[in-house]
Amino acid sequence: MSTNTPSKLEKILTAGHLAVTSECGPPRGSDPEVITEKANLIKDHVDAINVTDNQTSMTRLCSLAACIRLKLMGVEPVLQMVTRDRNRIALQSDILGAASFDIHNILCLSGDHQSFGDCAQGQNVHDIDSMQLIQTVRHMRDDGKFLGGDDIKRPPQMFVGAAANPFADPYEIRVPRLAKKIAAGVEFIQTQCIYNLDKFEDWMKKVCDRGLNEKVYILAGLTPMKSAGMARYMKNRVPGMDVPDDIVKRMADTPKEKQAQEGIDICVEAIQRLKEVKGVSGFHIMAIEWEEKVPEIVERAGLHPRPSVN
Amino acid sequence: MIVADKKPIEEIIETIKDHQSILVLGCNECVTVCEAGGKKEVGILASALRMHFLQQGREVNIAERTLERQCDHEYLEEIRDIIDDYDAVVSIACGVGVQFMAEKYQSKPIYPGVNTLFMGVTEARGVWTERCQGCGQCILASTGGICPVSRCAKRIFNGPCGGSASGKCEVDKELECGWQLIIDRLKALGRMDDYENISPLKDWSTDRAGGPRKVVREDVEL
Repeated sequence: MSTNTPSKLEKILTAGHLAVTSECGPPRGSDPEVITEKANLIKDHVDAINVTDNQTSMTRLCSLAACIRLKLMGVEPVLQMVTRDRNRIALQSDILGAASFDIHNILCLSGDHQSFGDCAQGQNVHDIDSMQLIQTVRHMRDDGKFLGGDDIKRPPQMFVGAAANPFADPYEIRVPRLAKKIAAGVEFIQTQCIYNLDKFEDWMKKVCDRGLNEKVYILAGLTPMKSAGMARYMKNRVPGMDVPDDIVKRMADTPKEKQAQEGIDICVEAIQRLKEVKGVSGFHIMAIEWEEKVPEIVERAGLHPRPSVN
Repeated sequence: MIVADKKPIEEIIETIKDHQSILVLGCNECVTVCEAGGKKEVGILASALRMHFLQQGREVNIAERTLERQCDHEYLEEIRDIIDDYDAVVSIACGVGVQFMAEKYQSKPIYPGVNTLFMGVTEARGVWTERCQGCGQCILASTGGICPVSRCAKRIFNGPCGGSASGKCEVDKELECGWQLIIDRLKALGRMDDYENISPLKDWSTDRAGGPRKVVREDVEL
């Protein structure tokens, strides 16, 4: 397959390598060192780093500025962009701003509802949805035009991604929903955190049965758990998360001081198993405020060193 | 109907406390059905206000009246000859009625007695829920008759989002996921293939975003 953009992530996937991405959450303040320190911990073990966009609706330093920081230090960013906070003018404008710094990856999301965050009394925008944001970026890139129809001078060159959650309800539309995102123009997918491997494999089988794995690169999402408490929290409190009882039990049965290591082991074992699953093109490791563990996970999973592409 | 809910009496008292003669004005339409601003509620509010001012040792005249509608000239005109008997009006019609009153009686203070919430239905006795936000460009034909604008907390046109769990919305475990309802309907109609049609970007110019809206019908104009 040939590439459509200068994205390093796209080149790695197109070359047939298993890609590895991770993420950095920007700080709740303006200290740029927080971003560069996190990036330095993981940059030699991943192909690209996502920067989250006011995740869980907590106000943070903006994703675009943090992506520019990464870009300036020679790291490949994936700009996460939610439709919750921006109308179509702001979305297109930020896409151009990112493109002006040659940011070549974007992840199109709707975003958590604002009621989860620190501005629960604020409006949400949702002028367009994540599906339509995929269409918008593709339109700007491929047609070189604004939504309003005018030509864009130097259009963005972005590899277009989106999320998929195989564990949300209703399950029966989870594969059709992916097909819909592909029809909208998505090129790579980063999934919700996977703990229920059986259910994920069932979803992937159905994805492959429809031939969708030929049309999109799917990066399996993983989040190592630090403690039994975190496992219970993820199971009971986080919307759209499926943590099987045996995972919670395995964490709970482990002595407290060894639970973090057990969480890493579970994550590495999951990658080992998912590497063999048809349709999995790579891994998206979301070590939330635990970035220093990413190198160990990547190395133990046999995904290091990372390939170099031109 | 337009669904409203009673304002706390303390808030109403705070707005009218400097007046001596007050008309509590109800409406026989939507707010009567949702039991927030009809004749019955006029009586209850007027009694509560009288009791409050009595306890304060103040003589305040509180009168009661309920109009057929507060969103039509002809009914609002019915109080033209008595409006000057009062130095303020508490309207417990919806926000539409309050504003039409204010426009008609320029020099009379008009205070709202309810919070106007949404266009909705009586789902059960004492339970009203939202169905329409008046976006001005109805798409119910393609969504199985369930509206993603009013039933989805993110008004997503190509849902559901990743926060839908067991048919409920991520915002509130009691709240039905609008997209689950759409999918259930499409299934019942044998139209699940329609699910994969991508809804295009919405034209919001007919919505609130386009500015205050107006309908002019030449065929019914006088």
